[in-house]
Amino acid sequence: MAFMTLNQIDVSYDKKKQILKGLNLDVEKGELVSLLGPSGCGKTTTLRVVAGFIEPKGGTFTLDGEDMTRCPVHKRNFGLVFQSYALFPHLSVYDNVAFGLRTRKVEKGVMDQKVKEILEVCGLTELAGRFPKEMSGGQRQRVALARALVIEPKLLLLDEPLSNLDAKLRVSMRVEIKRLQKKLGITTLFVTHDQEECFSISDKVAIMNQGVIEQYDSPENIYKRPATEFVARFIGFENFLELKPAGNHCYQASDGSTFRVSMSWGNEHFSGTIRPDDIRLAEDGQKENVITGTVGVRTFLGKSYQYEVSTAAGTLKVNMDTEYAFQEGDSIRLYLPEDKLILVRK
Amino acid sequence: MKKNKWLTAYAAVIFAFLMIPLLIITVTAFGGGSAITFPIDSFSVKWFANVFSLKSFRRSFLTSLEVAFLATIIALLVGVPAAYALARSHMKGRQLLKSIFLSPTIVPGIVIGFILYQFLILTFRIPVLPSLLAGHFMVTLPYVIRVVGSAMEQFDFSIEEAAWSLGCPKGKAFFQVVLPNVTSGISSAFMLAFINSFNNIPVSMFLTGPGVSTFPATLMNYIEYNYDPTVSAVSVLLMAATVIIMVIVDKTLGIASLAK
Repeated sequence: MAFMTLNQIDVSYDKKKQILKGLNLDVEKGELVSLLGPSGCGKTTTLRVVAGFIEPKGGTFTLDGEDMTRCPVHKRNFGLVFQSYALFPHLSVYDNVAFGLRTRKVEKGVMDQKVKEILEVCGLTELAGRFPKEMSGGQRQRVALARALVIEPKLLLLDEPLSNLDAKLRVSMRVEIKRLQKKLGITTLFVTHDQEECFSISDKVAIMNQGVIEQYDSPENIYKRPATEFVARFIGFENFLELKPAGNHCYQASDGSTFRVSMSWGNEHFSGTIRPDDIRLAEDGQKENVITGTVGVRTFLGKSYQYEVSTAAGTLKVNMDTEYAFQEGDSIRLYLPEDKLILVRK
Repeated sequence: MKKNKWLTAYAAVIFAFLMIPLLIITVTAFGGGSAITFPIDSFSVKWFANVFSLKSFRRSFLTSLEVAFLATIIALLVGVPAAYALARSHMKGRQLLKSIFLSPTIVPGIVIGFILYQFLILTFRIPVLPSLLAGHFMVTLPYVIRVVGSAMEQFDFSIEEAAWSLGCPKGKAFFQVVLPNVTSGISSAFMLAFINSFNNIPVSMFLTGPGVSTFPATLMNYIEYNYDPTVSAVSVLLMAATVIIMVIVDKTLGIASLAK
C-alpha cells in the first residue's frame, strides 16, 4: 500500500453540487505530487480534505497505514503553505516559525536550535526579528515554508504558494521548494493551475477535472501521452481528429486518408490528437499519414505562422516556419508523424 | 495643491457651528451669577466646587461608571464570541441573525426603556441595578458586534487554519491568533459601548428607581429645578475627561484605530 492513499473520497457542499466524486490518489513516500487543473476542478478541495479542513461525505484517507479521515487538523502534523502565506501578523519571523514547536511544548533549547536551523536553510537568518508586514512577498513565502517545515511534518501541503509572486521570483522559488523537498525527503502535495510550474518540479502530476482525476502519471508521460481529450487540451494538444478504426494500428478519416498510430486502442470512444507544432508538410509521393486540406486563417506567432487548415477529419491548427507562406484557399498536404499522432479517450 | 477659498470658508462655518456652543458653555461655567448667562458679568469657580459638593452627583456618577463599565464588559464577553461566530459560520439565516443583533440601534431607546420597564421592573420586580445593567447591555451589544465583527471579517481565515495545522486546537487558536489581531477592534468597541452607555438617557430614565440613578438622569433632574451654572461646570468637566481619554487612546492605540 502506498504511503498516502485517498480512497473513494466524496465531497459535496450541498445536495446538488458534488465537488469530489469518488476520488482516488496514491502517493509514495518522498514524492512531490501536483494536483493540476482549471479553477473549480476540486484540486484545492482535495488538499483541504487531506489537511483536515473538510470532512469528506464518503471515502477514507490513510497515511502510513493509519486512517486519518476523522483525525482533527491539529493532530495531523502536516505542514501547510497557503496562497496568502497566512503568517501571524502579530509575531516576528522567529516567533512565526517557533509557533508550531511552542504548541508542541518542545523544550526551549531544542526549539531555539531547530528554529535557527530552518531559518538558515531557508535563508532567513538575517530577517528573524522582522514582522510580516515589513517583508516582501518572496520573503514571506520563505517564512511560510520554514514555519511549515520546522515541525517536521509527515506531509507538506502547498496551496498555490507561488501565484502571488512575480514571474521571475516564481521560477526561483519553485526551484527552492524542490531543493528543500528533496533535501528533507518530505512527501508533498502541491496544488497549482500553472502547467509549467507543475511539470517542472513534480515527480507525478494528477490532472483533475470536475471532481475526478483524469490522469495520474509522471510529467513526461502526461506530456507525451495524454490519456483523455481533456488532458490533451489542457497541455496544448489543439487538434482533435475524427477517425475510425481500420485495423492493424490503422485509422481512417472520412475521405479515406489512412493514419498509422504507434499505440493500440480498445473499444472506447476516442479522437486522434496532435500538437500544432508536430504537423509537417508532406513530401511528394508520401502517402501514409497524410491528409489534404484547405488553408484558412493565418496568424503570426513570431517564430512561426499558425494556419487553420480544414480537412476531412476536422479543422487542424498547424504551426509552420515563416519561410512557407501559404495564402487563404491554398490546398496543402499535411503529414502527421506516426509517433506524434496519438489516441485519447473522448 | 491650491486651496479653494470657498471650501475653506465653508469648513470654517461648520467648525464654528460645532465649537461655539461648547465655548459658550465653557464660559458660562465660570459665571458668578446664579443663573446661566452669556456673556458672564463676574468670574467665579464656585460652581465647580458645587459639582463636587452635591452628593447626588457624586453617587450617580459612580453608578454610571459602574453600569457603563459592567455593561460594556458583559457586552464584550457575549459580543466577541457572537461576532466571531457570525464572521466564520456559513449557516443559513446568518444575515437575519446579524440584523437581530444590530436591531437595538434601530429601535428607539424610549421603546427599549419602556419594554424593559414593563417586564423587568413591573412584571418581574427585578432590582434597579440589575435592570439598568440589562438595559445598558442591550444598548451596547450592537456596537460590540458591529465593530468587532468587521475586524474579524477582515482577518484572513487561513491564518487561523495555519495555526490549527501547527498543532493548535481551535479554542486555543482563537486566543493565540485571532484575539491578538483584533485588539484594536475590541478597544474601539469598548470605547463606543462605554460612551454610549454612559450617555444613555432614554433607557436609564425608565429604569432608574429610588436611590439609584445614572449621571445623565440626575443631571436632567437637576436642570428641571435648578437652572444654574453647575450644569455648565459639569459639562466642562465631562468634556475635559473625554479629551483626556482621547489623548490617552491616541497615544496608546492611535486615534485612527477608533475610526476603522
